[in-house]
Amino acid sequence: MSEEQTFLDALKARESARDVAEPTWVAARRQAASARFEAVGFPTKRNEAWKYTDVRAIARGDFALATDAEFSRASAAALTLPLEALRLTFVDGIFSAPLSDLSELPKGVIIEPLSQALETNHEAVGAVLGRLAGVDFSPFSALNTAFAEEGAVIRFAPGTVVEKPIIIQFLSRAHERPVMSHPRVLIEAGARSEATVLEHYVGEAEAANFTNVVSEALLARGAILTHYKLQEAPLGDLHIASLHVDQGRDSRFTSFNLNLGGGLVRNDIVADLNAEGAEAQYYGLFFAQGRQHVDNHTLVNHNAPHTFSQENYKGILDDRAHGVFNGKVIVKRDSQKIEAHQNNANLLLSDRAEIDTKPELEIYADDVKCSHGATTGQLDEEAVYALRTRGIDEQTARGLLTLAFAGEVMEVVKLDAVAERVELAVAGKLPERFNLAGLVEAAVALGEE
Amino acid sequence: MASQEMEQLVRREYKQGFVTDIESDTMPPGLDENTIAFISHKKGEPEWMLEWRLDAYRQWLKMTSPSWAHLDYPPIDYQAISYYSAPKKPEDRPQSLDEVDPKLLETYEKLGIPLHERAALAGVAVDAVFDSVSVTTTFKEKLSEAGVIFCSISEAIRNYPELVKQYMGTVVPKGDNYFAALNSAVFTDGSFVFVPEGVTCPMELSTYFRINAANTGQFERTLIICEKQAQVSYLEGCTAPMRDENQLHAAVVELVALEDAYIKYSTVQNWYPGDEDGKGGIYNFVTKRGDCRGDRSRISWTQVETGSAITWKYPSCVLRGKDSVGEFYSVAVTNNRQQADTGTKMIHIGENTRSTIVSKGISAGRANQSYRGLVKIGPRAKNARNFTQCDSLLIGDQCGAHTFPYQEIGNSTATVEHEATTSKIGEDQLFYCQSRGISEEDAVNMIVNGFCKDVFQELPMEFAVEAEALLNVTLEGAVG
Repeated sequence: MSEEQTFLDALKARESARDVAEPTWVAARRQAASARFEAVGFPTKRNEAWKYTDVRAIARGDFALATDAEFSRASAAALTLPLEALRLTFVDGIFSAPLSDLSELPKGVIIEPLSQALETNHEAVGAVLGRLAGVDFSPFSALNTAFAEEGAVIRFAPGTVVEKPIIIQFLSRAHERPVMSHPRVLIEAGARSEATVLEHYVGEAEAANFTNVVSEALLARGAILTHYKLQEAPLGDLHIASLHVDQGRDSRFTSFNLNLGGGLVRNDIVADLNAEGAEAQYYGLFFAQGRQHVDNHTLVNHNAPHTFSQENYKGILDDRAHGVFNGKVIVKRDSQKIEAHQNNANLLLSDRAEIDTKPELEIYADDVKCSHGATTGQLDEEAVYALRTRGIDEQTARGLLTLAFAGEVMEVVKLDAVAERVELAVAGKLPERFNLAGLVEAAVALGEE
Repeated sequence: MASQEMEQLVRREYKQGFVTDIESDTMPPGLDENTIAFISHKKGEPEWMLEWRLDAYRQWLKMTSPSWAHLDYPPIDYQAISYYSAPKKPEDRPQSLDEVDPKLLETYEKLGIPLHERAALAGVAVDAVFDSVSVTTTFKEKLSEAGVIFCSISEAIRNYPELVKQYMGTVVPKGDNYFAALNSAVFTDGSFVFVPEGVTCPMELSTYFRINAANTGQFERTLIICEKQAQVSYLEGCTAPMRDENQLHAAVVELVALEDAYIKYSTVQNWYPGDEDGKGGIYNFVTKRGDCRGDRSRISWTQVETGSAITWKYPSCVLRGKDSVGEFYSVAVTNNRQQADTGTKMIHIGENTRSTIVSKGISAGRANQSYRGLVKIGPRAKNARNFTQCDSLLIGDQCGAHTFPYQEIGNSTATVEHEATTSKIGEDQLFYCQSRGISEEDAVNMIVNGFCKDVFQELPMEFAVEAEALLNVTLEGAVG
């Protein structure tokens, strides 16, 4: 039996178990997506977009579909970010009302689970869902479309400014037989609206589930959307995600893609700058150790003149971790007066760690300012030495410099709780487990000198 | 930009376009094992060489043409190509320049590279490859005094079979890629250089590759070996007559540098790029690779690519020896409908290996150009260093410039840097020059030459002059 067949069978089983008829368009899409997935199958390393990422662990896996969303409040609280926020929680892809908090939705904001949105007004969902993430994008987007039943639908009316961040929390539980989930996130930002959405992936340490998420965000004229992804999934988790953004005139999209967890991780981010004045900023940080594999593919399509994009990705790799970065900027013909800058820096902390990076530019217009840079190196021994002459022990010195390396990205993170989480994780994972308190003491001591 | 000037530019005829009317000993088009046997027999090759070719051919049959490059061209009919063409009377080789067919010499005259003058004045030995067969080799005596072997590859197969057996196909294996396999099966000529231990080649070696007879693919094979502490600088330059049908050129160049050896390989490529609609023009699918086999060896590729309808070319270095050095300096200019997908691979295997990549791309008209490079640092390449800079200059709003740099780093002691920029000629730069009374045309030439300076200064003197002139001519009137 082919690897794909396991998934197709699971799909069929789910289909026949479904007791309520779905809207026609949903069923038709499911069918088209599963046909597409059957035709293309799982990507292999011969596929350029998957050259460095081996997905056999997923293809050969045997995943069930979760049936409930039970999760103890206490353990959920420990995993939840200490942020005052509007919150949607999914446990292995199933919506959990008790762990969600949507009691005080501001005016002009709609946040609901996908299943509910389909029940109440499926036409409104159908008008936009899948508009950005076609089944052709990747075999995984096809798989997601075929399976997707749950997720988040978020809408901001024109002119709405949402103060509190909106957190979509995905919890992964440990099971005897691992489960898979195919969540779908849909964000519609009306004209001149402003909001922050955070996707947070976290779970029980022993979990080994497969998460395959697809997110779509539509930004109307002048909309400002900040998207955070904090991926702290259990180390056994297999995590595939894609985020597709459609930007209208003068809209501004900022992405923070922060990856700390997961055994096998692949992120795709695609922004289409479709009208003048649109601006996209990508910030990324990936920290991997052990045998973690983290792959980030980003794409910016400059489809209109006078658009702007900027990207800064930092990778820190330890032990036998494998990092992949592929950043692509495409400037369409006649997209004049655009500016696109891209930077990727990687820090290798171990001899067995590996990074494969490919910053690409595809440019078909001449009046452009484009640049990209990629560097890979190790900690500057002279800087380590300089710190040691100030009485800082070597481990702390190395930790300090590693944090400083991440600093360029972390200092733009506006949610303190997120920044803290990342910095603590980076610090905690450093060799010899040096602690932040020690670091602060050292810094204070330095200041007193 | 003055559209008139642009029109003048695109209408400009290819200066080197002409056909020499020499009777060629040409095989009918088609490719099978008989063709290969015929070539091998024609060349008077030993049995092992024929076997080698046939093995390559059988591998080639199982391969498919690569499609990953950012290029667009119709599929090539390999049965429509004639695989052998030699000037008449190959048995009756001229012994000196005087004996060379005057028509041939005339061809060189037209190209502006009078062989005797060039040889005498510049002190360059020229192994003139005219349609796949070496016609004459000059300065042989001076070279043999130094112990340097410089001859055609066919001669080398006959006279130095042990050397050829030992090295050929060790850098670019027969089945390395589609075009290399094809070349291994049907190569007709090329150069062979062997510099023995401790010898610095007394002169720069040069070969002019030319493609002449219609529909004859040119399949060159070049092998350069530098023994311990040996040094050589090799120059390759090309021009070709005007043709209507696309001509296929699939060459293979192999360089081997042993301990402390240094090979400098410079190319100026100015083959017919096709007319303004992209009709005609050379398909240039070349596999070039150097192997820094010995410790402290160094291989340096310098190329100026202005011609060809399609260029598919990645001169690479395998840095095997400790402390070995690989360099790649490239200027590529594409205009009209030219397409180029070019770059390099630096494979770091040994400790303390270093590589430098400087690539300058200039794209004008409706041309598309890509830099595609790989820097691979192996797990044992301690303290490996790479610096890469690739800049693109865009002239006109219909052209494209792309960069696809791959970095695969498996060692924490490696330091790898990559920088790339894409922009057009700065209007403030132009204005600045013009405000000092420099004409627009001159200002553009100055800026473009300045843009390419890092690469030009790596070229040997006579090539640098030629390259600068070539660049100015290629871009004449393209900017405004």
